[in-house]
Amino acid sequence: MCAMTTENLKQRVDWPGQGVHQVPYRIYTDPEIYAEEQQRIFRGKIWNFVGLASEVPKTGDYVTRYVGDTPVVMVRSDDKSINVLVNKCCHRGNLVCTKTRGNAKHLTCVYHNWIYDLKGKLTSVAFRRGIGGRGGMPKDFSMEGRGMPCLKVDTYNDLVFASFDNSVEELSSYLGDEMRSNLDRVVGRKMKIIGMHHQYMPNNWKLYMENVRDSYHASLLHMFQAAFGINRLTMDGGIKLSSEGWHHISYSIDKSESGAEDAYKGKNLHAMDHGFEMADPSLIKKWQEFNCGTTLAIQSVYPNFVCQQIYNSLALRLCVPKGPENCELIWWVLGTAADTDEERGIRVTQSNMIGPAGLISMEDGVVGGWVQRATVRDGSSLTVLEMGGRNVEPSKNSRATEVSIRGFWNGWRTLMNV
Amino acid sequence: MTFEEAERKIKNLMYDYAHCIDDDRLEEWPEFFTEKCFYQVISRADHEAGMPVGVITCISRGMLVDRMVSLRNANIYEPHVYRHLLSAIRIRGEEDSVWHAQTSYTVIRTMDEGDVSVFSTGKYVDKIVFEADKPMFHSRICVFDSRRVDTLMVIPI
Repeated sequence: MCAMTTENLKQRVDWPGQGVHQVPYRIYTDPEIYAEEQQRIFRGKIWNFVGLASEVPKTGDYVTRYVGDTPVVMVRSDDKSINVLVNKCCHRGNLVCTKTRGNAKHLTCVYHNWIYDLKGKLTSVAFRRGIGGRGGMPKDFSMEGRGMPCLKVDTYNDLVFASFDNSVEELSSYLGDEMRSNLDRVVGRKMKIIGMHHQYMPNNWKLYMENVRDSYHASLLHMFQAAFGINRLTMDGGIKLSSEGWHHISYSIDKSESGAEDAYKGKNLHAMDHGFEMADPSLIKKWQEFNCGTTLAIQSVYPNFVCQQIYNSLALRLCVPKGPENCELIWWVLGTAADTDEERGIRVTQSNMIGPAGLISMEDGVVGGWVQRATVRDGSSLTVLEMGGRNVEPSKNSRATEVSIRGFWNGWRTLMNV
Repeated sequence: MTFEEAERKIKNLMYDYAHCIDDDRLEEWPEFFTEKCFYQVISRADHEAGMPVGVITCISRGMLVDRMVSLRNANIYEPHVYRHLLSAIRIRGEEDSVWHAQTSYTVIRTMDEGDVSVFSTGKYVDKIVFEADKPMFHSRICVFDSRRVDTLMVIPI
């Protein structure tokens, strides 16, 4: 249950009016609001991304992750199903799995040796009958109904999602057609993890998720491509939004690559009239992987999951809240099982553009922390989100808009009920 | 070249490399590598799992140069400096003119405002070749012990 009444939360948040184009900064720092988010969002009627099913291929394989800031275990059970369990012993609340990954016949809490099956059901209690007839659990103690709490799980392609709320809608309708279709395109094949990053950031999780949805900042904060004159004149793009704007896709299409517009041929590359020449242009070598000509697609699924295609660099990201003023971004860098050696090499080289040292993404690791520091004593003042208007409508031909961020706040207000 | 002579030169290479970065002479940094080279910063977990993607993966000196041009002219970050502490330099020996070495490192990061923290700790796994009697990194893999990177990494390890 939520610790705070909705009335109290409303007063605490003090949302300005009915729109989603202004956000009070206290929302990024207040520990009470953070705690309510854990209940109302991460344990609410949403699907949380947990990991890839292929990370736990065999019976007993597990990885430890977080849903919101609740520690969970994603484990493959005997019947091949995937379970997501709260990583907490029902006896004294100890962590059950203390390694980040492993394989186990059953899950054992080391504190007092209480044992769970791979679906989280309690199967054994050490010294339950006492020792030599003395001590032990009361005779009426039952293991029935006890265990590690089990979340509702659904998968899409190889992606595993979990929810604390059993009444949440089906994953496929939560995502919707347009979002599913992009996931199909980018990661709907047999994928292979080719690297992981864990980036710890000094900012509230929402500042990162706003950044992901902020198509306005891309060419302004990230100067790598501009400095080397590799901006493409033919880039065309826009924003797709799910209903209410909870999920988004910001994309660009290179018309010269789709072959649709011959007029753009010949002025493909921005002339290197300013800036620097690359000493080794193999960094930007790419191949046309997608017939649609999409060169970039950043997709977010509410609240904290990202699917990324930047040229041939494919990755999933999950922004895990770590208290009101920190978060950890987990990156799954992906290739496909069918990649040729050359294609795999191109993906590895392009991976220099993403991650904590990414030439076009590193700035996202620090800018949230700067906002956090600058606004520390100004919780009542408001951020401005009016680029591209004040509404939450898809933007067909422009990315100079903050509409996706407004969509994020639509979702936030609905779930938080403020 | 005797083992002792090679060892002395390789140790100096390690120290010069660290001073070059810590003294912010980053334009000189690519010159520690052969033209065709491999430089990677990768977590211990990913390295042990045989993952090809690291936090940084450069496959030529040119890519190192591009990183430094980007750091100086394009990337945006809070100013900071590193201090490398090297220890346990171990030259394992030579095979086909390639010297193999392993060194422990700690990088302490000091921010402009004064925050000091241990940013990275791990080992260098190196392949070194001599070009005109000068030792150069043919391959340098920086395997960091944590899987986590704090905020961002722009200055090389």
